[in-house]
Amino acid sequence: MSSRLSSGGRLLDRSTSVAFEFNGRKLKGYAGDTLASALLGNDQMLVGRSFKYHRPRGIVAAGPEEPNALMNLGKGGHFEPNARATTTEIFPGLTAQSQNHWPSLEMDVGVLNNYASRFMPAGFYYKTFIHPRAAWKHLFEPFIRKAAGLGKAPKDRDADTYEHFYSFVDVLVVGGGIAGLQAAKNAGEAGLKVLLLEQTPHWGGRAPVDGAIIDGQPAEIWISSTVQALENMPNVTLRTRTMGAGVYDHGYALGYERLTDHLAPSTAPRHRLWRIRTKQIITATGALERPLSFAGNDIPGVMLAASVRDYIVNHGVSAGDRTVIVTNNDDAYRTALVLKDAGLDVPMVIDARPDGGGPLMDACKEKGIRVETGKAIAKVKGGKRVQGIVLCSQAGAGGMLEEVACDAVAMSGGWSPVVHLWSHCGGKLNWDDKTACFRPDHTRPPLGATGEGFVTVAGSADGEQSSGDCLSNAVMRTNDVIEALGASPQSTTAPQADTEPMAAMAAVWKMPQGAGYELRSKMWLDYQNDVKVSDVQLAAQEGFESVEHTKRYTTLGMATDQGKLSNINGLAILADSLNADIPQVGTTTFRPPYHPISLGAIAGEASREIFQPIDKTPLHEWGEANGAYWEPVGHWRRAYCYQKPGESIEDAVNREVKAVRDSLGLLDASTLGKIIVKGPDAGKFLDMMYTNLMSTLKPGKCRYGLMCTENGFLTDDGVVARIDDDTWLCHTTTGGASRIHGHMEEWLQTEWWDWKVYTANVTEQFAQVAVVGPNARKVLEKLGGMDVSKDALGFMEWKEGKIGGFDARVFRISFSGELSYEIAVPASQGRAFWDALWDAGQEFNVTPYGTECLHVLRAEKGFIMIGDETDGTVIPQDLGLNWALSKKKEDYLGKRAQQRDHMTDPNRWKLVGLESIDGSVIPDGAYAVGTGLNENGQRNTEGRITSTYYSANLNKGIAMGLILNGPDRMGDVITFPKIDGSEVKAKIVDPVFYDKDGEKQNV
Amino acid sequence: MSNAVSALQGVSHAGYIDVEEMGLRGMVTLRGDLTSANVKIAVKTVFGVSVPDVTKCALQGETGAAWMSPDELLLLCPHERAEELVASLSEALAGEHALVVNVSDARAVFQLRGAAVREVIAKLAPVDMSPNAFLLGHFRRSRIAQTPAAFFLRDETTIELICFRSVAGYMFDVLKRASSRGSEVNAL
Repeated sequence: MSSRLSSGGRLLDRSTSVAFEFNGRKLKGYAGDTLASALLGNDQMLVGRSFKYHRPRGIVAAGPEEPNALMNLGKGGHFEPNARATTTEIFPGLTAQSQNHWPSLEMDVGVLNNYASRFMPAGFYYKTFIHPRAAWKHLFEPFIRKAAGLGKAPKDRDADTYEHFYSFVDVLVVGGGIAGLQAAKNAGEAGLKVLLLEQTPHWGGRAPVDGAIIDGQPAEIWISSTVQALENMPNVTLRTRTMGAGVYDHGYALGYERLTDHLAPSTAPRHRLWRIRTKQIITATGALERPLSFAGNDIPGVMLAASVRDYIVNHGVSAGDRTVIVTNNDDAYRTALVLKDAGLDVPMVIDARPDGGGPLMDACKEKGIRVETGKAIAKVKGGKRVQGIVLCSQAGAGGMLEEVACDAVAMSGGWSPVVHLWSHCGGKLNWDDKTACFRPDHTRPPLGATGEGFVTVAGSADGEQSSGDCLSNAVMRTNDVIEALGASPQSTTAPQADTEPMAAMAAVWKMPQGAGYELRSKMWLDYQNDVKVSDVQLAAQEGFESVEHTKRYTTLGMATDQGKLSNINGLAILADSLNADIPQVGTTTFRPPYHPISLGAIAGEASREIFQPIDKTPLHEWGEANGAYWEPVGHWRRAYCYQKPGESIEDAVNREVKAVRDSLGLLDASTLGKIIVKGPDAGKFLDMMYTNLMSTLKPGKCRYGLMCTENGFLTDDGVVARIDDDTWLCHTTTGGASRIHGHMEEWLQTEWWDWKVYTANVTEQFAQVAVVGPNARKVLEKLGGMDVSKDALGFMEWKEGKIGGFDARVFRISFSGELSYEIAVPASQGRAFWDALWDAGQEFNVTPYGTECLHVLRAEKGFIMIGDETDGTVIPQDLGLNWALSKKKEDYLGKRAQQRDHMTDPNRWKLVGLESIDGSVIPDGAYAVGTGLNENGQRNTEGRITSTYYSANLNKGIAMGLILNGPDRMGDVITFPKIDGSEVKAKIVDPVFYDKDGEKQNV
Repeated sequence: MSNAVSALQGVSHAGYIDVEEMGLRGMVTLRGDLTSANVKIAVKTVFGVSVPDVTKCALQGETGAAWMSPDELLLLCPHERAEELVASLSEALAGEHALVVNVSDARAVFQLRGAAVREVIAKLAPVDMSPNAFLLGHFRRSRIAQTPAAFFLRDETTIELICFRSVAGYMFDVLKRASSRGSEVNAL
């Protein structure tokens, strides 16, 4: 059984006990515990169920490589699935629940899959659920989806906040072990700006656990004095609990800082994403121990040897009273010594190497530990915990030599350098036969913008094994970086540390060598996704020779741990099955992030009220206070209508539609784009931008214009006013302001860079109010100021002057067919101006109206709307706007495109008005059906609805649509099927439904 | 006009730095050839400052000039003087190909005050805000979170920030969140 030792635990504060909850049980740990160490301290060895077979799973590791101990943490808005117990620090009140079991961790029904595991081999899903085809979507997939996924999805809105931080440095050092500290020190002393990130709360990495002696003193002394020295350097920033998550092009890297995960819920940001621009990156990310593949290596109590050591030294927790060690290298002997020193029993060290190890083995023997060389574990005995092992010869097929009782197994299959960050951006690897691992190839680093490498690896991440080698490697690598940055290394000597001789490790990929199927099908490679040695071998047999294919076929390394423990073992098995060398098989791609990071951190501040910027006009507040029902238009919020208390949206729109035509309406038109175009070539430029002729417009006049893309399609429209000889003001649609300004600038900067034209987007400088209706002139005359009579300010004219004391530009334009003035005043005076109109308009039943009323009014008049009648495939000719296509001009954007065959095809659908026979409103977007079927057996279509409304003025549904040969078919009745299966018949009519002669606007 | 108001009418917030909307400010966009002698003289004559270098600004109290792009300056002045200065500058540039336009009301201005103002900006803008990189006299067009903004140091503990008027509310909320106590970074 695992237990808390009576002493030890260098990271623990035994005076502070911490109460937490696991699966509803109240447990106790100490400050400094991880959730994993606290669980082991409470003899909670069973921590979860595996994904596919629901096998009992225990803690394997002590760091981010942990595949099994995944937890649902917290509650409500603080709930977080798939959190690793090994990287979770406990705090008072922490609640954790194990995952992937039902009804309980101890008694899980899904374990039946385990007994059926013979029938769930590699590629099981692909093979089983492929026929019948239709069953996948309706039967298999829903079932598998339900079974899939380890953690639960959060149900509540995330209660925490997150943020970003932009950091710019010369050197980013990832990893605060002794190599990283040394690298940061050297770079800092050379005067470079350094950021050093460490994912855990502690500096120094493994060195203190492994008993390193640096400069003649225990590693901890050197670590604290080095950290002290770094803290004193103003050019060095140190950060614990911050993981180097990813390396990207051009010296961009992400750091993931966990600010409050180790605290009870607080108001501070939970995570901070560091967005780092750096000239050089040194990854001192250490190495991960590999498991060994023997039967039953997934039973709770089988752990990585170094992790067993970590728990004893760091947390005073033992994995078991009697621990059998199994290894192919010398490092695991350290665990035996630590166990022995802690007073625990080590019945046996099983070393697969025929000749065993070096001095560390001798030290063990001196302590009386039994060492068996050339041996292996045939299988582990036990179910929910280890009860013993069966010893066999590594060379054989697993014949039992003896049974050894134990309650834990510490395994070491060698070490894999953490080359992830080196590889994220393209750093290449070499296979090192001697240490059986991939090491960075420093001649092929990730390349930056200049073609030079920008990532370097130091320490055990570079494949070094001893403390001494790690430190001298760090100095060498860092000095290269310092020189690459044009600075001078201040020191070339590394601190002295022991480099005790070690016997060579042996590559052992399965145990025993000649294991039969029965054993191989119980040798776990990927604990989280339940991939076994036999699965990879089967994939190879079935022709999956590429490691990338094998990965996807077997799901090896595809779980949330991304194969940190399983990848090398898996590809070694694949290579062996293919009779190939490991370098030939290669490795799968390392992609960021190194370890999962929260979506909240990626979103940063963008949540709740600041999820997205909302653009508000100067009249927004008035709308809020007066029943505005908002709709998003671009990033703006525009009032769709203004509801009176108790009024429905529909009633509000109908009321507004009538009020405007009857008397007086006010529209907040501030959002319409306003772009100033000025210069000697401005007229020529606008003649290119618009399909109409704008250069001939007289100052004081307005003209409605169309804009097309170079492919001929309508992209925007609006009224252009000529301000003076070389200045025009172009109005755009609400959504088009920035886009059209950018469009203009693009043509000016890339094509017509020698034309003398300047533009400025002054959209927000003005509040603009449309004063619309038969009483529009009266209300302006009441406010007083400029002469707005028909003679002084005719239709499509504009004037500058005072209205009611306000500085105003008044445009006599109309999108409603009514007498209408659009009046622009400085935005700062917008609200006051609106209030003045509001007060003066009371006697005329002044009615504020929204975008839906605007739509109905324009549709009654047959005016098109960009985005309704156009969708990026519509040209002006489709809409009967030929009158706006200047024939006097040699060219305009879109002109040539509009001469293409497809554009001049007489069968293009054309704009008409439509009136339902029964007076109902035709559904928006409905298609008109023609005769016959197309090649897919669908009914042929002959048109579609582009705009459709109930007109309160006409008391019936009106619509516009693009119809085949529409303008030639006036009076024809066509059919629109509805979603409910019924259909509506509509008559093709002139799109101008109201005041065809325009008498109302010309008054 | 006395009833002219800024977007947020001077709202303020005290977090670990202070944030305040500064009311109406005068702003004039000048587009023209910034290397032309006429432009340089006109700016100097009308606004009293020299045309600033690339990414810099030249300030004299409430008036000043800031570099926006190779052919654009943002000229600063008291709000009530903007129209008059637009007219003077236009006159001074008569005959020159240039565009002068009042954009005062298209903008909102915030001040951030406190020892940690650089850090709050560094949470929101992809800009090196460290004291040896972003200096007095620098003017940066960038973004704050998801909206365009420009900013400069008034003094070592004061940053002035300009954004569009329509997003003033968003800007204020973003600055509030970024300066909330407990979120200090202490890394610049």
